[in-house]
Amino acid sequence: MEKRTILIDPVTRIEGHAKISIHLDAGGAVESARFHVVEYRGFEKFCEGRPFTEMAAITARICGICPVSHLLAAAKTGDKILAVTIPPAAEKLRRLMNLAQICQSHALSFFHLSSPDLLLGWDSDPAQRNLFGLIAADPELARSGIRLRQFGQNLIEALGGRKIHAAWAVPGGVRTPLAPEVREHTLAQLPEMVTIAEAALTLFKRLLDERLGEELEVFGSFPSLFMGLVGPDGLWETYGGSLRIIDSAGAVVAEGWSEDDYASVLAEAVEPWSYLKFPYVRSLGPEAGSYRVGPLARLNVCERIGTPRADAELIELRQRGGRVVTASFLYHLARLIEILACLEGIEVLLNDPEIGERHVRARAGVNAHEAVGVSEAPRGTLFHHYRVDGDGLIEKVNLIIATGQNNGAMNRTVTQIARHYLDGEHLSEALLNRVEAGIRCYDPCLSCSTHAAGSMPLQVRLYGPGGELLQERLRD
Amino acid sequence: MSRLRFATVWLAGCSGCHMSFLDLDEWLLTFAELAEVVYSPIGSDVKTYPEGVDIALVEGGVANRDNLELILEVRARTRLLVSFGDCAITANIPGMRNMLGGAEPVLRRAYLELADGSATLPHAPGIVPELLERVWPVHEVVPVDVYLPGCPPDAARIRACLEPLLLGKTPVMEGADMIRFG
Repeated sequence: MEKRTILIDPVTRIEGHAKISIHLDAGGAVESARFHVVEYRGFEKFCEGRPFTEMAAITARICGICPVSHLLAAAKTGDKILAVTIPPAAEKLRRLMNLAQICQSHALSFFHLSSPDLLLGWDSDPAQRNLFGLIAADPELARSGIRLRQFGQNLIEALGGRKIHAAWAVPGGVRTPLAPEVREHTLAQLPEMVTIAEAALTLFKRLLDERLGEELEVFGSFPSLFMGLVGPDGLWETYGGSLRIIDSAGAVVAEGWSEDDYASVLAEAVEPWSYLKFPYVRSLGPEAGSYRVGPLARLNVCERIGTPRADAELIELRQRGGRVVTASFLYHLARLIEILACLEGIEVLLNDPEIGERHVRARAGVNAHEAVGVSEAPRGTLFHHYRVDGDGLIEKVNLIIATGQNNGAMNRTVTQIARHYLDGEHLSEALLNRVEAGIRCYDPCLSCSTHAAGSMPLQVRLYGPGGELLQERLRD
Repeated sequence: MSRLRFATVWLAGCSGCHMSFLDLDEWLLTFAELAEVVYSPIGSDVKTYPEGVDIALVEGGVANRDNLELILEVRARTRLLVSFGDCAITANIPGMRNMLGGAEPVLRRAYLELADGSATLPHAPGIVPELLERVWPVHEVVPVDVYLPGCPPDAARIRACLEPLLLGKTPVMEGADMIRFG
């Protein structure tokens, strides 16, 4: 038999445009698989010449799923260009919006995009294996997921005036203080949302125990580094704090470093077969320096979350997966735990009297010509780096996007799954869906990851030993 | 009554319009009774755009070879094509690269000037689509039936456009609630 390549095109139920190619050797065994991101928009270039105060509005349009992440990273970079400390209420309001966003984005990932695989089955009818199939099969579960996402979106709208692309966080703070009725209205909804999150946790843990044990072993289970922000005493963090990188044994590789040092700690490699770059820890090189970010990484690098329900779940996660969880399938569980952490965190913030203060913006001119801002997006650590001239016009932009940092892990994951399930004789839609589901664990946002470069469909192609395309599988 | 065959398509955009579609929230349960989603990057695993689609919402501009192939298929197989959001209607943010003189300057910055060590331009024929020199609004490539602007259009506007379409009527796209950009 000749070497072959299978192409999955596009990858569906992910946020972006991607393809997956699976390479088989002459014996029909899987040699490797690659995850290709196939869109690029070019933000780094076309932002040049724009005022830095526009960066929040422009870069929010990198991604409609997590625009708040870019809003916050751009605003924090802007704070440092102004060289101001923002008012305490402004920081708390920004934190509040970020928690609302992580909640809605994780709800989207779990309920809308991934739960059809988990609940309807890998090999269920592909025409029904989606949100609308879930609505038909289990309308109350679908409704609860929709309501949880809606809760986060409504809080974002209540703070910033709109659900998507709210131009609200600005250099120096935020544009509007908290309206008192938002506090009461949101607090009143929290008990229902906690119930939804806990029911989803119970459901997912039951599925893990009953029938997802194999997925745990082969959907991206391997040692790697993990990176994320941590707060004082190693607390779970999504907005401030400092950066920590650990290895899969839990040893600290780099700790207490600031986003200002990102270019000396991290590096990015380019491969010709994807628009998505491959970041790594510079001192360790592209292989040993490959790291994961996002919900599982944040739970791995932190000591504890700091709120009771989420901490109880974190302890259970570590009993299940070890102190450092290396199975990427548990990104789903980490996401549900973070939803709970966000709901508890929202309650703490809303009960803090300081968040209601009216002074929410510091004003200044350009006082620094170069700055780096960081935030934890739902999918991981996000860096914005700007250089501006004396008038605040952008001279240079670099963006290190959350999803991109999982690029190496996503490629290892599709290879691991393909080797486990596929060979030259067996190539079914359901098997290919498992390969795609390996990507869904990471909840990649490819519109983000290629810097407004675009969208990411997934294809499966079978290539021969010479690299020639043998078979292309498009599921319909 | 049989349900209408409905599709959503995502070209070069940020998915914000798709997210705004999901902001229809619990009305999606009603919508599912009126329409069958036969193709959608977020709501279907169907990989090839099917024949005989009644209504398609198309988000994003036409920025690369894959976008171009797909929009031609979509037009040929769809009765009513809705240009969905500002990127589809004006090229908007993705179109900001149009003033830089082609695709090469934006590729050079990201993959050569900002990469470490292995700087190379993405090139994988048949897998990674080449960028078009310009990002085109959808209606400059294929005829469009309905324009639904906004960055993104909010859920109320999407619903006000979809409800008449689902009944076979033409939506009235007038006034600031329905046709504002941004």
